[in-house]
Amino acid sequence: VSTVLASAAASADTPLAKRIVVGYGFWIFLLSDIILFSALFAAYAVLSGATAGGPNGAQLFHLDTAAMESGCLLLSSFTCGLGSAAATARHPRWFQIAFLVTGLLGTAFVGLEAHEFIGLVDKGAGPQRSAFLSAYFALVGCHGVHVSAGLLWLGTMMAQVYAKGFRADILRRLLCFALFWHALDIIWVGILTVVYLMGAGS
Amino acid sequence: VSNDVAPGDAEQHDVASSVRSYLIGLFLAGALTAASFWTLRTPYLWAPGVGVALAALAIAQMGVHLVFFLKITTGPDNTNNVLALAFGVLIVTLLVGGSLWIMANLDRHHDMGAGWAHPSGESVQPQKLGRARLGGRE
Repeated sequence: VSTVLASAAASADTPLAKRIVVGYGFWIFLLSDIILFSALFAAYAVLSGATAGGPNGAQLFHLDTAAMESGCLLLSSFTCGLGSAAATARHPRWFQIAFLVTGLLGTAFVGLEAHEFIGLVDKGAGPQRSAFLSAYFALVGCHGVHVSAGLLWLGTMMAQVYAKGFRADILRRLLCFALFWHALDIIWVGILTVVYLMGAGS
Repeated sequence: VSNDVAPGDAEQHDVASSVRSYLIGLFLAGALTAASFWTLRTPYLWAPGVGVALAALAIAQMGVHLVFFLKITTGPDNTNNVLALAFGVLIVTLLVGGSLWIMANLDRHHDMGAGWAHPSGESVQPQKLGRARLGGRE
């Protein structure tokens, strides 16, 4: 009886494992980041028709590029998950392979997006052309900046695992990175639908 | 032993089921993305319904990402994560829905004057606005 009482008291009084607290705190941050994006989505939705006589989404967006970007990001989310599983299994080689593929797919995504932006600016459809394009570059560009920052973080995590191994603090950082990377894919689903698919269909 | 689990951590110590979850997520998310592109290109759907179908597919795919990639579940160990998510969804809904509602209302009721491009892409002709204007402009 005393052991049952002791364990009950322990689960009520001892603080949660640090991994749970860190993961929860980062989850709160991610939700606040999603709220930031929702403001940009709202601005885009309000301004998407305000083309000021310039080109609209149906004339500017290439669905093939958007499809390739979606494929890169979805596959990178999957390989990031495989990397997390490899870290759980304490398997450094598979972890590095999975994260390397994640990084390459993320780089391909950023490259495609940069190519798309340069093409738009060359056509005279830069962010200063209309309120619609300002909102477009703000929303999609903010997501691209997030992915680029994620790539830097990803490289840092590969180096830290290589140098320090699967220590508890490194594993907590990996948990946060994986949450960040998956959340970026969720935001991309919104961009693909609201900006590219609905824009091309209008 | 704690009663809580970190987001992304549902199957912490079972690599096989973790990989299976990521595979299911990849398959479902890929299928939903393909369905979105198909919805846009198919001639078989009633055109005004396409936007609603795209929105439904996107929300479904976000759910797939949350469950199979972020491992947010409805289990009792996930209550805090789900509550935080629910609050986030509430704020996002208020922000996006409220902005669209207010701006659409302003468009209907407010004569924006010359040079303002209406969201429909046409500039607004004052005589087309049948509704009462805001005071002091007549």
